[in-house]
Amino acid sequence: MAGPDPLKVTGLMTEPSLTSLYQQLILEHYRNPRNKSVLEDSTVEAHVSNPVCGDQIRVMARMDGDTIQDVRFEGQGCSISQASVSMMTAIVKGSTRSEALELADRFSEMMRGSDEAAADRSMGDLRALQGVSKFPVRIKCALLAFDALREVVGESRSAPPNGNRSGGGGRALRQPKAAH
Amino acid sequence: MSDTSNDLDWAAVRGLFPILSEEIGGKPLVYLDNAATSQKPRSVIDALTNYYEHTNANVHRGIHELSRRSTVAYEDARARLARFIGASGPEELIWTRGTTEAINLVAGSWALDNLREGDEILISSMEHHSNIIPWQLVARRTGAKLKYIEMDDEGRLVVEDLPKLLSSRTRLVAISHISNALGTINPVHEIVEQAKAAGATVLVDGAQAAPHRKVDVQELGCDFYAFSGHKMCGPTGVGGLWGRKELLESMPPYHGGGEMISIVGRDESTWAELPHKFEAGTPNIAGAVGIAAAADFLDELGFDRIEEHGRDIVSYAVERLNAIDDIRVFGPNDASERSGVVSFLMGDAHPHDISTILDSEGIAIRAGHHCAQLVMQHFGVSATARASFYLYNSREDVDRLAEGLELVQGIFGTA
Repeated sequence: MAGPDPLKVTGLMTEPSLTSLYQQLILEHYRNPRNKSVLEDSTVEAHVSNPVCGDQIRVMARMDGDTIQDVRFEGQGCSISQASVSMMTAIVKGSTRSEALELADRFSEMMRGSDEAAADRSMGDLRALQGVSKFPVRIKCALLAFDALREVVGESRSAPPNGNRSGGGGRALRQPKAAH
Repeated sequence: MSDTSNDLDWAAVRGLFPILSEEIGGKPLVYLDNAATSQKPRSVIDALTNYYEHTNANVHRGIHELSRRSTVAYEDARARLARFIGASGPEELIWTRGTTEAINLVAGSWALDNLREGDEILISSMEHHSNIIPWQLVARRTGAKLKYIEMDDEGRLVVEDLPKLLSSRTRLVAISHISNALGTINPVHEIVEQAKAAGATVLVDGAQAAPHRKVDVQELGCDFYAFSGHKMCGPTGVGGLWGRKELLESMPPYHGGGEMISIVGRDESTWAELPHKFEAGTPNIAGAVGIAAAADFLDELGFDRIEEHGRDIVSYAVERLNAIDDIRVFGPNDASERSGVVSFLMGDAHPHDISTILDSEGIAIRAGHHCAQLVMQHFGVSATARASFYLYNSREDVDRLAEGLELVQGIFGTA
């Protein structure tokens, strides 16, 4: 954390890590999220929340066999959680289940501080979130989207179209955990 | 000092709190999360250390000298806190883990014993979850109905609605003295008066009031008053429930165990006298000693001065924050109706982002729903940023906060 930092954010000298946290790309996704709408013909969805801070994300996907044909989300929360889910949806559209799970694992590695994961081009815009790894209390914000993704492409097969079946990959709607 | 609002040297008072000289990331700490918990003065820390070094033993049971000393310390602390809140005697003061347990004690003992289907419990939409959930649980188990006093646009209770909310069915009114999320000081006298006239029992949640103003339970006229030590310069894990003696005597025990019995038989037992009937198990003896030291500390400063200083800081904070572009400050506009708390939103910067950026400047605030989701729903927001002040905060701290918020604007811009 020590030492002067040559970077400036909109003219203000800031802490190095603060600069790395609030990348313009993150704020851009926060303000203009990709794929933020209801997916009417979704086959699976997951609703995750962080009861401590109130962040909420609902990810809806239409699976075609093993492929994520379309994915959308709804949500509210901090810039990190909402930018993360926006970036994630942009990348996983068209991916297979295993590719999506690989991405989730890769992202977790980056949150644990892996420079190698952060240099992985397949992570796309998500690499802008690398700075979050230096803010332990905010890592959960960035991971929330991937909790939803893991649930949507869960190991087992997808739920039926009007899926009210529990089990399978994702559920019709998981209620947010009770807040305290 | 420029912000001296009375004859006390507040900079010297601040110096009595060791933690306030901490640096966070190389910057001096500005602690503005006092509605969550307060910091502790040297005298409280010393009282805890002294207790463990010279007094520690279990209470009420040993014949040996240390047990005598700890029992005296523990019961002296009770008498001290009973005086602190204006109880008519120490037996009216039950030690609890804090406000939450105090409210749950009333819910689990008095309410479950007294409420029936068709009865009503009146609370408000301003309450902390700890003054909502226990009553939801009681309502579910007894069939009683939960009703709410609503808030206006400034986060003040609409007391004009009381006459139509209260009836002979209203058995309990449970209301916060001061809102943790907004800082609103509620007209408790007026509410108690009307509730009592309707025949209701009244509980006041004093978690945010006991640190900031002189509490006199007799003068308030309520039946129960709940408070926490850690928000008033005392240790965590200790607080109190004050109750009218005749009410407490009529109530069944809350927890069963040692300490709370008189004679134990195989099928039936008899209970200890007040206050021990409600204190099963080895209590938080050091905590009681610590909260008594906190009461001494606050009384020595004097609540007149603490209140005056608090008003100065909070009205200055509201003024400084309102001068910032794109900021929305929640709660009463009239500073005399607000105590120690400024909840706000700024542009499209989420409260967690505001909090992270302020933290990088050494400024500690709270972001989230503040365990008051009904307040958030009332204002149609999911979270707010909350700066909360206490006696060691200064106008300089408010200036640092305002500067920190400029940094937030530098990063987030104005949306």
